[in-house]
Amino acid sequence: MLFPVFSSPHLPAQNNVSRVMGEVLLALLPGILCATWFFGWGVLVNIVIAATTCVAAEAAVLALRGRAVRATLADRSALLTGVLLALCLPPLAPWWIPVIGSLFAIVIAKQLYGGLGYNPFNPAMIGYVVLLISYPRELTLWIPPTGIEAQHLNLNLSQTLALIFTNSLPAETTIDALTMPTPLDATKTAFGLGQTLHEIKASPLFGHFGGVGWEWINLSFLIGGLYLLARRVISWHIPAGLLGGLFLIALVFYGSDTDAFPSPLFHLFSGAAMLGAFFIATDPVSAATTPRGRLLFGAGIGVIAYVIRTWGGYPDGIAFGVLLMNMAAPTIDYYTKPRVFGQSK
Amino acid sequence: MGKAPHHLHRFHGGLHLPANKTLSSGSPIRALPIPARLVIPLSQHIGTAADVMVKVGEPVLRGQMIARAQGYVSVPIHASSSGTVVDITDHLIPHPSGLSAPCIIIETDGKDTAVDDTLSADHTQLDPSELRNRIRQAGIVGLGGAGFPSFIKLNPGTNRPIATLLINGAECEPYISCDDRLMRERAADVIGGAAILKHALNATECVIAVEDNKPEAIQALRDAIAQRSVSDFAVVVIPTLYPTGGEKQLIQVVTGREVPSQGLPADVGVICHNPGTAAAVHRVFALGEPLISRIITVTGTGVREPGNVEVRVGTPMADVIAACGGYTDRAQRLLMGGPMMGFAVGNDATPVIKTTNCLLVAGGNELPLPQAPLPCIRCGACVDVCPAKLLPQQLYWYAHAKDFDKVQDYSLFDCIECGCCAYVCPSHLPLVQYYRFAKTEIWNQEREREKADIARQRHEYRLFRLEREKDERAARLQQKQAALKTAKGETTAEDPKKAAIQAALERAKAKKASAGVMPKNTDNLTEAQQQAITNADERRRNRDSSTATRSEDA
Repeated sequence: MLFPVFSSPHLPAQNNVSRVMGEVLLALLPGILCATWFFGWGVLVNIVIAATTCVAAEAAVLALRGRAVRATLADRSALLTGVLLALCLPPLAPWWIPVIGSLFAIVIAKQLYGGLGYNPFNPAMIGYVVLLISYPRELTLWIPPTGIEAQHLNLNLSQTLALIFTNSLPAETTIDALTMPTPLDATKTAFGLGQTLHEIKASPLFGHFGGVGWEWINLSFLIGGLYLLARRVISWHIPAGLLGGLFLIALVFYGSDTDAFPSPLFHLFSGAAMLGAFFIATDPVSAATTPRGRLLFGAGIGVIAYVIRTWGGYPDGIAFGVLLMNMAAPTIDYYTKPRVFGQSK
Repeated sequence: MGKAPHHLHRFHGGLHLPANKTLSSGSPIRALPIPARLVIPLSQHIGTAADVMVKVGEPVLRGQMIARAQGYVSVPIHASSSGTVVDITDHLIPHPSGLSAPCIIIETDGKDTAVDDTLSADHTQLDPSELRNRIRQAGIVGLGGAGFPSFIKLNPGTNRPIATLLINGAECEPYISCDDRLMRERAADVIGGAAILKHALNATECVIAVEDNKPEAIQALRDAIAQRSVSDFAVVVIPTLYPTGGEKQLIQVVTGREVPSQGLPADVGVICHNPGTAAAVHRVFALGEPLISRIITVTGTGVREPGNVEVRVGTPMADVIAACGGYTDRAQRLLMGGPMMGFAVGNDATPVIKTTNCLLVAGGNELPLPQAPLPCIRCGACVDVCPAKLLPQQLYWYAHAKDFDKVQDYSLFDCIECGCCAYVCPSHLPLVQYYRFAKTEIWNQEREREKADIARQRHEYRLFRLEREKDERAARLQQKQAALKTAKGETTAEDPKKAAIQAALERAKAKKASAGVMPKNTDNLTEAQQQAITNADERRRNRDSSTATRSEDA
């Protein structure tokens, strides 16, 4: 009797890329729901626009490249890129913002480099940074979160869609009345005006330890991140490095002057800290790949983010931190090779 | 035992795999009938193939040596039963390549008449070198799968004292249960063989390591030790974790020591042997029986009656499967060894050899064919499970790019091919296949380089030899001429003046030749011609210097 011959191991692999991406998407749910609760329908609209554009762009490029479209889309990586990019955008950004960001992320940052597995930079962050640099006004138009009743204006779904797609506001509202800076942005501006942290904290934007709403959103992403750790979808090194690095450098400056620098806890629960630590920096393709290297990679992002938040020109720095450390990843990997079994220490 | 519980260590990575051992571990070992034809390969061990000692048509007896060891790393081969040699030819052998190799084919007579016993002895009366010699003459090789001649492992050298003889009863590969059954049913043989090995090594202690999923085997071994009332034997229960049965991993678990990269267990004072090998050694000295049979696990949903069987070496796999009820309708793949490190056998006419520990007939989708791989996403799942602490994703990257220097920088040759990385890979990359490919390519390159080195040395030596012969001829000629001169008499020597002139002329000639002074066509020029040449030289110099400046600017 004759049998087919293949190389060992013969036990079927237990994991697949599609499942990994699916788990990440699942773990994003609490954060997405929380963000929707605080910032309204815009969050979901962004996700739908960005995800659709990403998947369509991926399909188009794959078709042009003569690759298997359906089989490749099944890895869900384009979908994930879209969702991650959307979560970084202001909830009422005009529709072309997520579209341009998604196109750039998928076509330029991912497929032109060879598609999944070959992109040196995090596609979602490339898309985000392109938008941030090109359309600074649209990217800073955040709205106040639910909970700040004085200024809150609750747009329903159709009003949200009208604003996003036709730029038409409900009667007797202006875009200025609708928007409000993020806590990170507000803090930066206030420090610029010479206010102390104590004064800044008195503003209604601030909650228990971070900004109103933002602290809960970050907490939801933390929960999702812990789920990914428990499911062994990601390793602890990058989140620990990022949050640890951010915490430590914030602690040093906070300790030197508690009135001039926000607390470490504020930093951990503001902006994209948790989303970045568990979902963005952990993109394995563009991150460092050795265990020690990942710790360093994360710490580098944390420190760069702090520097940009504190002294840079942008309210948040996670995206820049990720891209800068993406550049450093091959070098980090080279210098952090683990000691091989049986080789001298 | 009264001994303190053994302190265990942990190796990096590893996997908890579905064991699937109960399929075969439940029923006792059965001896299989002797097949009509035995196909006995000359190479069943690591090292040089054995050298045929019999002729076609010659009758042979069970246990008769039919091929002798060739060189140091080699062992003899014996007839597994009595009968007649009907052919000595190339036949399929169990090898990942699926190729054929020389085999002795014996038609059995069913009488199973044994040859005269020259092996059995009281081992305590023999010195280690005689023990090693008998173990070699009996054709004993490692029965765990590698097939390394056992007598070599019993000779670690005087500068490496062996503290521990480690019997590797981990049997960590899924499906396989032949060592488990052996230790359960023939614990006394295992302990007896271990005692002989320990004696040959002059080791201080013998540790038998068994995974905690084999409680019956552990109990049987402990009983056997108690019966022999030896104090320096211990059964150590180790946690079930693949690949704990890897020699280096087991040594780390039991002793906490790491076998150096490219080193041997003897470097850390340990020698490892398989329980099957120990039992075979016992049979050599107790029964005078060379290695002509072994216990193999026949399992998988593709075979009707899975179990453990004692098979004569050289039995075609088809006969083994037939004796186990034959294939089921679902039979889809045939493996020799376990599902992690075994290899696929393409044709069941292939014989069972000394290193065949398991025949796994996978049915249905038990071991599905590999899926199409996706690109590596560098997730690092492979890093977490690699017991050699390698970076499999980087190895893959460089093996894929055929960058064989880089792949060695990442310690490719420390890879034990356990397959953990491929098992957890979400992209379903056939990682181990890439590593094997890279290793083979590097070996080939090395061989080519060696060949080229030898060729170059030969060429250089040839040039040297030709030169030398030329010199020698010249010297001989000179000698002859000198001899001729002296023979001619003093007539030429009489005229020293003439000789001096001749010598001076020759010196001048030589000087001229070495200085390279030759008459040129520029020697007799008119002044105008000379001027034109000088001008041309000047122009050229200027051009050259300006070109140099330009290229510097660039």
